Amino acid sequence: MSNDHSAAHGGSSHGNATSYIIGFVLAVILTAAAFIVVMGHSLSPSATLMAITVLAAIQVVVHLIFFLHMSTTAEQAWDNKVFLFTLGFVAIFFVGTMFIMDNTAAHMMSR
Amino acid sequence: MLGRLSFADIPLDVPILVGTFLGVAIAGIAVLGLITYFGKWGYLWKEWLTSVDHKRLAVMYVVVALLALVRGFADAIMMRTQLALAYAGNPGYLPPHHYDQIFSAHGTIMIFFMAMAFMTALFNFVVPLQIGARDVAFPFLNNLSFWMTAVAFALINVSLFIGEFSQCGWLAYPPLSENQFSPGVGVDYYIWAVQISGVGTLLTGVNFFVTIVKMRAPGMTWMKIPVFTWTAFCASVLIMIAFPVLTVAIALLGLDRYFGMHFFTNDGGGNQMLYLSLIWTWGHPEVYILVIPAFGVFSEVVPAFSQKPIFGYATMVYATCAIMVLSFVVWVHHFFTMGAGADVNAFFGIATMIISIPTGVKLFNWLFTMYKGRVEFHATMYWAVGFMITFTIGGMTGVMMAIPAADFVLHNSLFLIAHFHNVIIGGVYFGYICGMNFWFPKVFGFKLNETWGKRAFWCWFVGFYFAFVPLYVLGFEGMTRRLNHYSNPAWHPWLLIAEIGAVMILFGIVCQVTQLYVSIRDMNLAENRDVTGDPWNGRSLEWSTSSPPPPYNFAIVPHVHEFDAFMHDKENGIDTRQAGGPYQPIHMPKNTAAGFLVGAFSFVLGFAAIWYIWWLAAIGLVGVFATVIARSANQDVDYYIPAEEVARIENEHSRKLMAQAAE
Repeated sequence: MSNDHSAAHGGSSHGNATSYIIGFVLAVILTAAAFIVVMGHSLSPSATLMAITVLAAIQVVVHLIFFLHMSTTAEQAWDNKVFLFTLGFVAIFFVGTMFIMDNTAAHMMSR
Repeated sequence: MLGRLSFADIPLDVPILVGTFLGVAIAGIAVLGLITYFGKWGYLWKEWLTSVDHKRLAVMYVVVALLALVRGFADAIMMRTQLALAYAGNPGYLPPHHYDQIFSAHGTIMIFFMAMAFMTALFNFVVPLQIGARDVAFPFLNNLSFWMTAVAFALINVSLFIGEFSQCGWLAYPPLSENQFSPGVGVDYYIWAVQISGVGTLLTGVNFFVTIVKMRAPGMTWMKIPVFTWTAFCASVLIMIAFPVLTVAIALLGLDRYFGMHFFTNDGGGNQMLYLSLIWTWGHPEVYILVIPAFGVFSEVVPAFSQKPIFGYATMVYATCAIMVLSFVVWVHHFFTMGAGADVNAFFGIATMIISIPTGVKLFNWLFTMYKGRVEFHATMYWAVGFMITFTIGGMTGVMMAIPAADFVLHNSLFLIAHFHNVIIGGVYFGYICGMNFWFPKVFGFKLNETWGKRAFWCWFVGFYFAFVPLYVLGFEGMTRRLNHYSNPAWHPWLLIAEIGAVMILFGIVCQVTQLYVSIRDMNLAENRDVTGDPWNGRSLEWSTSSPPPPYNFAIVPHVHEFDAFMHDKENGIDTRQAGGPYQPIHMPKNTAAGFLVGAFSFVLGFAAIWYIWWLAAIGLVGVFATVIARSANQDVDYYIPAEEVARIENEHSRKLMAQAAE
């Protein structure tokens, strides 16, 4: 509950050069892999979709850990709560939108 | 060189716009001339425009909100007048091309620049003071948020005089808003204004969330937080979750328009229904973002003027949080008629009706707070009681439309228009004006004139019913929204009554301006001065400091023992201020021009992108990034107010308090 506006940040880790480079390299590899999967035409269309979805999900985790510095330490408790809350709402949006659009498409015969 | 901008885009052939332009230009030159004449440019720049003080930013937000109110209301009364005239063979005085821009601008401006700006002003002023903090968590971002809102409002007003505004309604539904049907710059003005102000709003949400989580005074646990701050907290959460959806939806529409993509087009695999779903995923939480803080205002005002603690504090908090969560599972009720089946409509209809339960809880809490209280019918309280009546009616018509079967009859009719004005004027607007009357003495050190406040209330209150009850009737009679003219003789009398209501509301606004003028004129009369800093026998911490508060708010950060912290201290003889010290030097953020510069470059970027002036857009974009990087590298962002200075200010206030007590 500090009211002190110091320029220094709180105790949470903001990473170092090594962690940023690891994160960057991982992000580049995952992005390149997605391009290779799509441009190589080596998988069937549905398998391609599945592959790039999985790669994107891993990419999200990499960003969260290496760039947004999420961790399970106690000082990150608020960040983690907020993240879980956000995930919950993203799930509502996602499931809700699929439900609505799928149902509408069926009734409007737009598929 | 100038993209698609040419002299032909300046609407010299529309007399209304030329007249408006002359009026705005003369008023603008007069204001600039007065500032120059009194030599106030330096003061304005150093003390206000570059300020990171949340109290000054609040005042600037209110200025933007009131300007937006005038602009938005001018649009409103023009529409009402058009419909009072444009009957049978008479085409009225606004051709459809112009009329469509007016209703689009009215909605966009009232929501994004009147209501959002006013809400942010209340957050800014009240939240840090209520939680015993010296500023918000990120003072620079706060200034940046303000400038993003202000330049976006400027951009939308530029569309009056250069080019045109969107003709697609306040949410720019595709496919009408796509290039195929809206090839002009109108929708691009809409896109850039909404996107730029959206950045400001999102940063505001982050800022107040962190402020409330991290910067509460020692002892203020979650269930001791004042209700207004709770509502600001919930609204900040809603902002952080909902506004990114708006940004994405509008960005996809922008990609369609700028790069020929097909997210929402008729052809090429586009799906405009997805835009409706996305925009209302933001849009429904948005109306709760606006009204929840208004609920917070009433939860401060009603106890203060009933001389009682709020009834059912815990249920108030839980109801607010319940509304916050539920507001994310109701968005389909804005488009029941889109074609989804009974499964979808039933789910969202029932979810919508459930929201009326926590809202009803709140209403009963306010009523029970008044019950057996010593209610003082101050002008501030008028707005609160007027709200309870009006908002209840609006809520009930909302529940009616939450029934999908009924909505098939009422969708897009004037019944809908009456409903949402009923909740937005009766809830949001009454709430914010109530808050303005309540906290005004804290901001400036003198009270607002009560007589003119009551006159303003009566004009607004009665005017509202005259203006909007006829629209309920017209909705049942089958009149749809956004009509330019009509030929049904049964509608005409109702539209004349609505016009009378609009004129009464005009008188209400005139009374509000007069109220400000009279209050400033009489600010030095003894009965108007707020010497103690506690004019209403207040309950929460903002009333414990002087009016206006010193730059650092609290010389010594108060210790919170109980809910209604200041009232608890008063009743138990505890000096919340801890007058006499010992005082420490206080660490403060320095003012900065960076927020203004980012705003100015964003304006350049937006304007250039609207007109396809790509070299200028590049300058704007580079300017934004360069300013942000330069600001990030600047280490000289803070200073200390020495302890002697703090002691001097505090002893001066103590001296005034004692003189007041001796009288």
